[in-house]
Amino acid sequence: MPDLQGFGPMLAQGALMTIQVALFSAFFGVLIGIVVAMMKLSSSRTAQIVGDAYTTIVRGVPALVLILLIYFGGIRLVNEIARSFGHEQHIELNAFVAGVFALSLAFGAYATEVFRGAFQSIPKGQIDAARALGMGRWLTFRRISLPQVWRIALPGLGNIFLVILKETALVSVIGLEELMRKTEYAVGFTRQPFTFFLAAAFIYLAMTIVSMLVLQALEQRAARGNQPMDAA
Amino acid sequence: MNISVMIDSIPALLGGAGLTLQLVGLAVVIGFVIAVLVALARLSRSPLLWLPAYGFVFFFRGTPLLVQIFLIYYGLSQFSAVRDSALWVILREPFWCALIAFSLNTAAYSAEIVRGAIQAVPRGQIEAAMAIGMSRLTRLRRIVMPQAVRIGLPAYGNEVILLIKASSLASTVTLLDLTGVARTISSVNYMPVELLSMAALIYLAMTFVVTRAFKVIEYLLSGDRRQPPTAVPLPDQPVPDQSLPPDHPLPVASGKTK
Repeated sequence: MPDLQGFGPMLAQGALMTIQVALFSAFFGVLIGIVVAMMKLSSSRTAQIVGDAYTTIVRGVPALVLILLIYFGGIRLVNEIARSFGHEQHIELNAFVAGVFALSLAFGAYATEVFRGAFQSIPKGQIDAARALGMGRWLTFRRISLPQVWRIALPGLGNIFLVILKETALVSVIGLEELMRKTEYAVGFTRQPFTFFLAAAFIYLAMTIVSMLVLQALEQRAARGNQPMDAA
Repeated sequence: MNISVMIDSIPALLGGAGLTLQLVGLAVVIGFVIAVLVALARLSRSPLLWLPAYGFVFFFRGTPLLVQIFLIYYGLSQFSAVRDSALWVILREPFWCALIAFSLNTAAYSAEIVRGAIQAVPRGQIEAAMAIGMSRLTRLRRIVMPQAVRIGLPAYGNEVILLIKASSLASTVTLLDLTGVARTISSVNYMPVELLSMAALIYLAMTFVVTRAFKVIEYLLSGDRRQPPTAVPLPDQPVPDQSLPPDHPLPVASGKTK
């Protein structure tokens, strides 16, 4: 990375934090997505309603509002619990935890719809066949459904990841030392906002390009064994 | 949760929502005009046109909106040429900077939607239009655009909803939009959870209305694809007029259905 008047290493640190937030959010978001997709597809009316409420609310509220809400709500919750145990001092909430939590919820809400479509596209006969062979529910899920769902869902998940990668910038608002926050420090020192915000923009672009290449590789890997056969 | 605080804050928050809608409304209009131009440039064969268009789309889709707003609002003031120019009257106002950022951002995303929609119009139709001697502009106006609008509409509805939510970033450049009002009031009364929840509810209501509105527009534009009032026309009935433009309003029930 170029020196950027001595601020290069600082921006690199920030970029590393950005990548961590994005990867953690994607990981938890995928887990949430799978679970809620199963809830929406289950026969339990309660699970369906909970799943619907979650995706409707999270997808209808700006990520910035979600981040602020979870940060301030989390602080209040933690402090009220602490006070009920007789702890009087004010406790601050870790911006990393709050940010990852909020972005995981956002990722999960979009991922739910992707997974729902993917689960529905698996032929019912395959599940029946697996059960007939004596596979249990969990084994069927792990060996038959999941590998195929993964392949079908991957392009959609990739799009969500690219969106979330950029939304990590919003976590700077609650004080996490990621790329955007570090850039603001550099701007404060040098009084060169255009130079440094443009530098940050290009770092985000680079991260987007690398993510796209990784996603492409993952998609190819997931599609191995699924190549169209020659018309021989 | 302090419900009375939430209820008391509604008028102030609705005021903020007004600014949000103003920003979104203007950005949608300006952004759409730019998007059509960029999409057409992107489809051009001349590299002088498609390369800059491609670069524009790539930059604005690949970087966070927050960076774009800061680049315009804080960034441009770095150059004394900007500060001394007539444009400074506009560029020192957070409202105009946010509006420029939102318009360019939504234009980049919408340009891809418009491009996809234009490319989805069957090639044969364009060849047919060329064969009967339509000029490029007439073709675009009569054949390509009416169909592209219908193809791209669902995706465009999503983009408008994303823009409503993205507009909450206006609060980061001191604007008192819906999020801005919520943050300002809660910094005074220390009740951020109440204020932000109320703001979230208002955002939900706005996106709900817009979702419904797009469903209605989709329905209105799909006249030729809907089932006619009588599914099978009887032999003595006139053949339905095929020359109606696709944006023709709802066919009026003629009372022939029994």
